[in-house]
Amino acid sequence: MANSLVSQRLLALFFAGGVLLNFPLLALWNHPVQWFGIPLFPLALFLIWALLIAALAWVMEARRD
Amino acid sequence: MSPLLVVGVSFAYLLLLFAIAYYGDWRAAQGRSIIGSPWVYALSMAVYCTAWTYFGSVGRAATSGVWFLPIYLGPMLAMVLAWMVLRKMIRIAKTYRITSIADFIASRYGKSPTLAGLVTLITVVGIVPYIALQLKAISVGYAVLTAAPGATAVAAPNWWSESTFYIALALAGFTMVFGARHLDSTERHEGMVAAIAFESVVKLLAFLAVGLFVSYGLFDGVGDIFARALAVPELASLLTLGEEGTFAYDQWFSLTLLAMLSVIFLPRQFQVMVVENVEESHLRRAVWVFPLYLLLINLFVLPIALGGLLLFGPGADAETFVLSLPLANGQNLLALAAFIGGLSAATGMVIVEAIAVSTMVCNDLVMPVLLRLRRFGHRASGDLAGLLLHIRRLAILGILLLGYLYFHLAGEAYALVSIGLISFAAVAQFAPAMLGGMYWKGGTRQGALAGLLLGFGMWAYTLMLPSFAKSGWLQADFVTHGPWGLSLLKPEQFLGLTGLDNLTHSLFWSLLLNVGAYVGLSLWRLPTAREASQALLFVDVFDRTAVGRPVFWRGQASVSQLLPLTGRFLGMDRARQLFEDYARQQGLARADALQGDARLVHFVETQLAGAIGSASARVMVASVVEEEPLGLDDVMRILDEASQIRAHSRELEDKSRSLELATAGLRAANEQLKSLDRLKDDFMSSVTHELRTPLTSIRALTELMLDDADMDAAQRRHFLGIVVAETERLSRLVNQVLDMAKIESGHAEWRDTELDLVALVRQSVQTTAELFRENGIRVRVTDPGGALWVCADADRLTQVMLNLLSNAAKFAPAQGGQVDVAVSTEGAGVTVEVRDNGPGVPPEQQALVFERFRQGGDSLHRPQGTGLGLPISRQIVEHFGGRMWLVPEPVQGACFGFHLPIARTDNDRQGDRA
Repeated sequence: MANSLVSQRLLALFFAGGVLLNFPLLALWNHPVQWFGIPLFPLALFLIWALLIAALAWVMEARRD
Repeated sequence: MSPLLVVGVSFAYLLLLFAIAYYGDWRAAQGRSIIGSPWVYALSMAVYCTAWTYFGSVGRAATSGVWFLPIYLGPMLAMVLAWMVLRKMIRIAKTYRITSIADFIASRYGKSPTLAGLVTLITVVGIVPYIALQLKAISVGYAVLTAAPGATAVAAPNWWSESTFYIALALAGFTMVFGARHLDSTERHEGMVAAIAFESVVKLLAFLAVGLFVSYGLFDGVGDIFARALAVPELASLLTLGEEGTFAYDQWFSLTLLAMLSVIFLPRQFQVMVVENVEESHLRRAVWVFPLYLLLINLFVLPIALGGLLLFGPGADAETFVLSLPLANGQNLLALAAFIGGLSAATGMVIVEAIAVSTMVCNDLVMPVLLRLRRFGHRASGDLAGLLLHIRRLAILGILLLGYLYFHLAGEAYALVSIGLISFAAVAQFAPAMLGGMYWKGGTRQGALAGLLLGFGMWAYTLMLPSFAKSGWLQADFVTHGPWGLSLLKPEQFLGLTGLDNLTHSLFWSLLLNVGAYVGLSLWRLPTAREASQALLFVDVFDRTAVGRPVFWRGQASVSQLLPLTGRFLGMDRARQLFEDYARQQGLARADALQGDARLVHFVETQLAGAIGSASARVMVASVVEEEPLGLDDVMRILDEASQIRAHSRELEDKSRSLELATAGLRAANEQLKSLDRLKDDFMSSVTHELRTPLTSIRALTELMLDDADMDAAQRRHFLGIVVAETERLSRLVNQVLDMAKIESGHAEWRDTELDLVALVRQSVQTTAELFRENGIRVRVTDPGGALWVCADADRLTQVMLNLLSNAAKFAPAQGGQVDVAVSTEGAGVTVEVRDNGPGVPPEQQALVFERFRQGGDSLHRPQGTGLGLPISRQIVEHFGGRMWLVPEPVQGACFGFHLPIARTDNDRQGDRA
């Protein structure tokens, strides 16, 4: 059961990542705004990326017992 | 910079790689692997980042902004699923000794040599130009570094004076030494992996160093670069999606998909992720560390690209910014480090790719041809292990020279610049046959063959040939007008499909035809027995334990045929060792005693598969044993038998597990009984000891009185008083022991009613008032006012209170004694605390006061009492659902308390009455 929970989480994460990094959600960040001097669009891409890594690390490294 | 310096440092770096790889192999030989860690595993995966990443990402970012990212976002998404997909690939590859993608696909579809050969061909065609690109990167980097300041970089005039050629040779040497040193049936190369992991660290650090230098050395931080770039309209547009509707989402999607497939199906990725995997569990960490690595190495791509454009102007060659930016600012050392980083990226890719491709070429192109040659086939006694190694080394050399040749011919041509993505698209063609084969039992050899052929053909027609045409190697006519003027066949607008960029167009058509042919032809007819059996072994790899793995083979074989065959390819000593080990596993003393059964044949075939590929292994084994062809029914029957065996063994496992559980339960019960028995003995000896003390004194006094008839009356009266007191103590003791026994056995009678605890406490204090007054002790009672109703037996609870109060009276000092009784509500219960200002309970005894016959004070100055009062009190309180304790560190004296759940408060009661 625990193993299949991991699999389901991974599948969900995969689809979440796929949606976040493609049409049309990508256009959400297309504004001429800067955050700490960094334009929003590239910043958002890197942040989504980092969040995906963090979520993946959590799913894989969560205590299994 | 002086060419000699650059060349010297480069070769010194390669020597360092040799040293690391040598050390890795040496440690592996000693059984102390240095790559047995998920971190090293993740770093070796980073061989994905080639020179194309290292130099090309900046170039791409300088021309099209964020478009360098999909190549890394794809792997991110792929890694999310890696725990499922990649782990299955690893399990399959390890179980069946699969050492390359070609072998994987061929083995899945019935160990087909044709399929293996086709996959190898696709790989060579797709990958050799990619190797050329790496060599070009090194050569360009070298030219930039050694060019005189201000002059443009010029390539060397002759191939023999070109350092790239020697780098290619050195790499071939390295790969031959560490990639094909000995024939190992698992095809793992620990030293090589260690070197690759090291290279990954070097390229990351070098790139980050350049990024930091550009951001903070040449500009005032990343924010400054962006701010300046935003002021230039052409640069600002790089940082957005572009105008509404102009963003090519389809291309974005197809690039992501392409990278997602490539990160798994590129031969070098398959090599490091599947073949070189040390332990499946390493994947757990590597799946997130590898994307993290990709994120880090991309962090400074935009700043470097924008910084370069700001400083050099729009016309500059962005692909060399990593080198030219430090150089132009006098940071020669940094530029050299950056070059070494690029060298790492390029050499890492070349080494691993060469190993992976050479394994395929040897096992799946050369071996099948050799085995078919009659003369060769009859050389039964010859040792082929050495020959195999030679073929592999030659293949490595051949691949690298081919790469160098392509680099030399293509030079600046379009075909080389765009080859990264073209290579990706070629290996993406493996995806349907691989993934389909892992999850769908219906895929057949014909389907896979047709899918690969069509996909590869379509790829060549719509992507490879047009790239040749753009390089001027072919007439451009057929691209612009279609072959023979047939515009429907235009390679970049096939069947008139327009609106897609070249890559998306090609990927769409090739994958569509690939999947279509694969599925269509697979559904054309039922799989053959061989296909079906391999399909079962692959798709259900996680279900099949070693016990129940079915072996789909029937026929006659003998050790005397199989052993020499194995020896021919693995060396006679190793083969004998393998057979001995296998015999021992089967519980036999010697290899001669082995039966030539299906399991042994399967074992031999698997061992050979590791060395020469599953298709060739199949052919070789078939040549020395007498096989009976299997029908689909036989496959199903064998499968049934296997699953029955598995069911039996599982049942057996279940039974022995439940037996173990029962044994453990019995053992625990026995332990408990023993400890209860011990407790009972302790109790008995304590009770008898306690009874003996008063009995002894009674006996002594009465004997005295009996012997001495003349004892004066006062003395006699005094003695009799003591006897009476001791007798009282005896009967109290007996009563309490009985009481205790009753409570513990559950036979005590309880008359539970709702009673007012405050009143009970006051009543108890009144009862003991005389005792306190005698000892000159002041008693103070505090309560919240109003009744607190608890559900308990009044007599029993009074017994508890009297016990606590008399204890307090005993221990309070004779002068200035003070006892505080506090009643308070706490949560859903009421707490009663009795505190005295006596000497308190020493810490070492605090844990013991609630045990039977453990009185406070040492044995000499022990006050009156039986040592059962507190244990009984605690039992009583616990019976009413409360708990009793000794406050661990009161300010002064001892403080005992107990807590009982409240039945209802005064207000409830009044409410009831109303």
